[in-house]
Amino acid sequence: MQRIEVRLKSHLPDARGLGLVKDIRDLGITTVSMVRVIDIYWLDSELADDDLDLVCRRLLADPVTQEYNHQSAFSSEVELSAGNHSVEVAFNAGVSDPVEDTIMKAIRDLGISSVREVRTAKRYLLEGQLDEDQLEVICSRLLVNPIIQHVVKTEQFSFPENPQYRFALNRVSILGLDNDQASSVRQQYGFDDDEFKAIIEYFRAQERDPTDVEMETLAQAWSEHCVHKTFKGKVTLDGAVINNLLRSTIVRATKELDKPWCISVFEDNAGVIDFDGNWALCFKVETHNHPSAVEPYGGAATGVGGVVRDPLGTGLGAKPILNTDVFCFGPPDMPYEKVPRGVLHPRRIFKGVRAGVADYGNRLGIPTLNGAILFDRRYVANPLVFCGTLALMPNEYGRIRRQNPGDLVVVIGGRTGRDGVHGVTFASEQLTEQSSSVSYSSVQIGNPIVEKKVIDVLLQARDRQLYRRITDCGGGGLSSAVGEMAAETGVRVYLDKVPLKYSGLSYSEIWVSESQERMLLAVPPENIEELVNIFGSEDVEAAVIGEFTGDRRLKLFYQDNPVADLSMEFLHEGRPQLQRQALWQPPQYDEPDFDTPADLGEALLDVLSSWNVCSKEWVIRQYDHEVQGASVLKPLVGKDNDGPGDAAIIRPLLGSEMGVIVANGINHKYGDIDPYWMAVSVIDEALRQIIAVGGNLDRVALLDNFSWGNTDRPDMMAALVRALQACYDMAVVYQTPFISGKDSLYNEFEFEGEIISIPHTLLVSAIGVMADVNRAVSMDLKNDGDLIYIVGTTLNELGGSEYFSAHGFTGNGVPRVDPQRARRLMVNLSRATAEGLVSACHDCSEGGIGVAVAEMAFAGGLGATINLGAVPLGEPVDRDDFILFSESNSRFLVTVMPERQGEFEEIMAGSVLAVIGRVDGSEVLTVYGLGGNRVVNTPLAELKKAWQEPLRW
Amino acid sequence: MGKVRTLVIRAPGTNCDAETVFAFQQAGSEVSLVHVNQLIRRRERLDDYQILVIPGGFTYGDDIAAGKVLANELRLKLGEDILRFVEDGKLILGICNGFQVLAKAGFLPEFSEDGSLLLTVTTNDSGRFECRWVHLSVNRESTCVFTRGIDRLYLPVAHAEGKVVVLSGALTEQNVALFYTDEHGDISARYPHNPNGSVGNVAGICDRSGRVFGLMPHPERYIRGTQHPQWTRLGAREYGDGLQIFRNTVDWAEHL
Repeated sequence: MQRIEVRLKSHLPDARGLGLVKDIRDLGITTVSMVRVIDIYWLDSELADDDLDLVCRRLLADPVTQEYNHQSAFSSEVELSAGNHSVEVAFNAGVSDPVEDTIMKAIRDLGISSVREVRTAKRYLLEGQLDEDQLEVICSRLLVNPIIQHVVKTEQFSFPENPQYRFALNRVSILGLDNDQASSVRQQYGFDDDEFKAIIEYFRAQERDPTDVEMETLAQAWSEHCVHKTFKGKVTLDGAVINNLLRSTIVRATKELDKPWCISVFEDNAGVIDFDGNWALCFKVETHNHPSAVEPYGGAATGVGGVVRDPLGTGLGAKPILNTDVFCFGPPDMPYEKVPRGVLHPRRIFKGVRAGVADYGNRLGIPTLNGAILFDRRYVANPLVFCGTLALMPNEYGRIRRQNPGDLVVVIGGRTGRDGVHGVTFASEQLTEQSSSVSYSSVQIGNPIVEKKVIDVLLQARDRQLYRRITDCGGGGLSSAVGEMAAETGVRVYLDKVPLKYSGLSYSEIWVSESQERMLLAVPPENIEELVNIFGSEDVEAAVIGEFTGDRRLKLFYQDNPVADLSMEFLHEGRPQLQRQALWQPPQYDEPDFDTPADLGEALLDVLSSWNVCSKEWVIRQYDHEVQGASVLKPLVGKDNDGPGDAAIIRPLLGSEMGVIVANGINHKYGDIDPYWMAVSVIDEALRQIIAVGGNLDRVALLDNFSWGNTDRPDMMAALVRALQACYDMAVVYQTPFISGKDSLYNEFEFEGEIISIPHTLLVSAIGVMADVNRAVSMDLKNDGDLIYIVGTTLNELGGSEYFSAHGFTGNGVPRVDPQRARRLMVNLSRATAEGLVSACHDCSEGGIGVAVAEMAFAGGLGATINLGAVPLGEPVDRDDFILFSESNSRFLVTVMPERQGEFEEIMAGSVLAVIGRVDGSEVLTVYGLGGNRVVNTPLAELKKAWQEPLRW
Repeated sequence: MGKVRTLVIRAPGTNCDAETVFAFQQAGSEVSLVHVNQLIRRRERLDDYQILVIPGGFTYGDDIAAGKVLANELRLKLGEDILRFVEDGKLILGICNGFQVLAKAGFLPEFSEDGSLLLTVTTNDSGRFECRWVHLSVNRESTCVFTRGIDRLYLPVAHAEGKVVVLSGALTEQNVALFYTDEHGDISARYPHNPNGSVGNVAGICDRSGRVFGLMPHPERYIRGTQHPQWTRLGAREYGDGLQIFRNTVDWAEHL
């Protein structure tokens, strides 16, 4: 075993170390003045010194900036002098750093083939006085995540040995068990009583006990994550029975709308709509919540990797062109002592998730152009990580395909390891204090370059029509992918043919492993040679692991031994339908009792600097939002490229004028009052954003993502039903079909006997087709003298608002929508933007008119004056602060050049609107109240600073 | 004389290939996008092209250091072909990751005979990946073919490792093709105008001949007017600033 250390030359600043110094200061430890990071490489080899030198000089160390040592550890002055500290951190056995594979390749490129394995580690040199407790705090809160890493002493390091696996068939005894025994087996696999009964009956008829892999297969296939049994369940609410929630709400709306441009909805890994007659758009958003809670970086990275494989596994495969990511975290300033034991601090989860999403997405070369980040203390143990991907494919590849009996089962991409064994059942279970210590096998570090290679070569194989069908290997691994693809045909799989990362996996582990970066193909035998060659030409593995049959049976073999034989009918239709009770009891909250503040400028600054409203530039800048060269409207807009854009627009075909608009709507606070109006509001918000940037409602498709608490509870279930009903009601009026969706349930955490449930959270993501991107409108004020309009009606709707929240209230007046009127208004406004009448437009959402006008002003670097007395009200509202911060839906602030006023008002006829002010040459935002008095008079610089400062990390 | 032929190389992790191909097509070249394995396995010949481009991305994940693994691969497996390509008077362009590759392969600032390096591109001073638009000015003393006739440029950068560091005396005035500046053209402007802490605000470097050029900013991301971050304020120009770099390249190659 050989060890190499690489460090920066001492005169160069260590950027990684400087970041850590800042993070350590954030922990309240101020004595650390410098941190330097040393990269450690362990080689399983016996290289001669000159070969080691070659590896260091040519590969591991940069001769301009770094120095290396392979004789001993750097006996650094820093380390040896009193009061300084050295911490070495290595990955746990079974966790592999993707860098290790690259190093192996690169060493072979140097002509050295005798290195058997490489492991990486890091050594941190901390300069400054620290006691043992402080060092422990730094290790546990910053340097080490025990799920994947540990602190090592140099002499302790060893390469983990992989045991050999010797086949032995395991049966699970379920026939003839007593109640206690049965219940323990049932719980081990996560079945409910009805399900377990069905399984016993099935095997009783077969006159045998199941094998372990058969039980695993059923557990995966019947898990909430894979089959969405709650959404397909039978729910009783107010005496009425709803049979299959999804079909009777969201899917029903799509069916009724029956849009000819919907190509594939609710039947494949992602939804597909027509773009321009030749090309189709494929869209999917899903969550990766539980893994991100435990290991934020790896969990979030694999969330991106997973959702990218969805469109890749839809139809015959689509090329990813845009990512959108939405996160919900606990407040970053939460005191450490308030964070439940076993849970990572929100700030660390935030930073880790951000890094994981950015690193994976950036490496794949997919621009991240849109997103949102929300904060609430109830997300502390259950952060939500929504990752979405938009993709493009030729129209004729859009529909789901069928394989033929005799087609080969081919797995491509990454190798299979013990990663994520049992990840799916994990995702469907509630987290506990123990989760962090027991769930390590569910965490994987993704390798984006493997996935990028798969994408590159797969699209070539697609265009040569070498395979008949494709799906992704996601949750549930081969078990779900093969099991679902073969549902109508049947399949034989030879598990010993699956390429493995290392030895020692049992047949059952191979079958359920969730190793990343794998896809599954059905390949006609006559194409297999060409397919394997084309993948090989770019160093991507393609392995034949079985064949599809016509017998509708799932048959698994390991070294010629049969290990599973299940009927597809039982696997896919044998699950008893879930039955749930729902009971809706509307909550009541205190109405606020504070007086209108004299200075609404201060109130505006408070709302602008709240976690939910403040600038997310720190996150956005670390995403590549320019790669692929398609962006038309970027996430940061305005005079200094730092204003908050509404929706993003891309031009997916660089030579065309057509665009796609991508938007998200999410607001968990309204759900505390009524999930129905929350769902209504977030749909309205997503559509508002599309309209605000110059889009229209002609071809808009929606995705739903429900993240909910424990729906075994009747009140949670009722909340879900209400939100789903709202989705139906809105979609049919707006004529915007849902094309796909996802849900993540049981997001609750047990802490000291108390259940912390996440707020009901619905993310609605929308894509809209834009005929001419040159009509795009950004939200920044542009011209001195432009008229400022409010379009839409303002009501006394501050329930769940940012303003009430800043005062510690929820309230009850949740924003509602009149969808017929809202649709008319949006249609009119989209005509006005298409005519080029609108110079700037911003939707009113969190923080209402106040936040919207402030953001428009500082983004454009132009002052403005508005008058609250001119705002059209739908009911009497006598408080300036309520008008300024009401979050009524279906409203926009729009600026129009004075000479276009007549045309604009003509086009908008029939919709509520009013001129409420003017863009002026000042550098101040001025607001006049109902009494004609000045209630806000704040310099733009001050507003912008308040908005930018909280997340300027 | 036939059309100029451009070879855009891709390797595992290359991700700016499609828009780079588009940019060269807009500039009037024929373009082939070829996997590096095809060159190494001699299924494609460098000789057939006048322009070689290494586009942006994260080749081999930027594992160890950005561009390092592809740099070694090109140097060890295609080094002679590339040297001959340059000696034949042809052009090499490395954008972002491509620049990192050229630097770490020892192809810049001059082709290094023994593989020793005088120049590297390393972690930004901020320690972060950053995507932002930057102002650039062209060094008139430079022999760079790619930037001829250009004075100023506005282009995006998107990288975590873009800080140019050189051993003392390694660069001549001719080698520095591009500087980061502020909006007024001041080449001593600091972060965020200089987004990575590059010494001397260096954003792009060419060799003595002016025909091997590497830069961190992405000219291929500003070809169409609507790629400008403020086009909705300022109006969309017919072409983006980046296009002229590709036109210069193709124009020069036409005379080969």
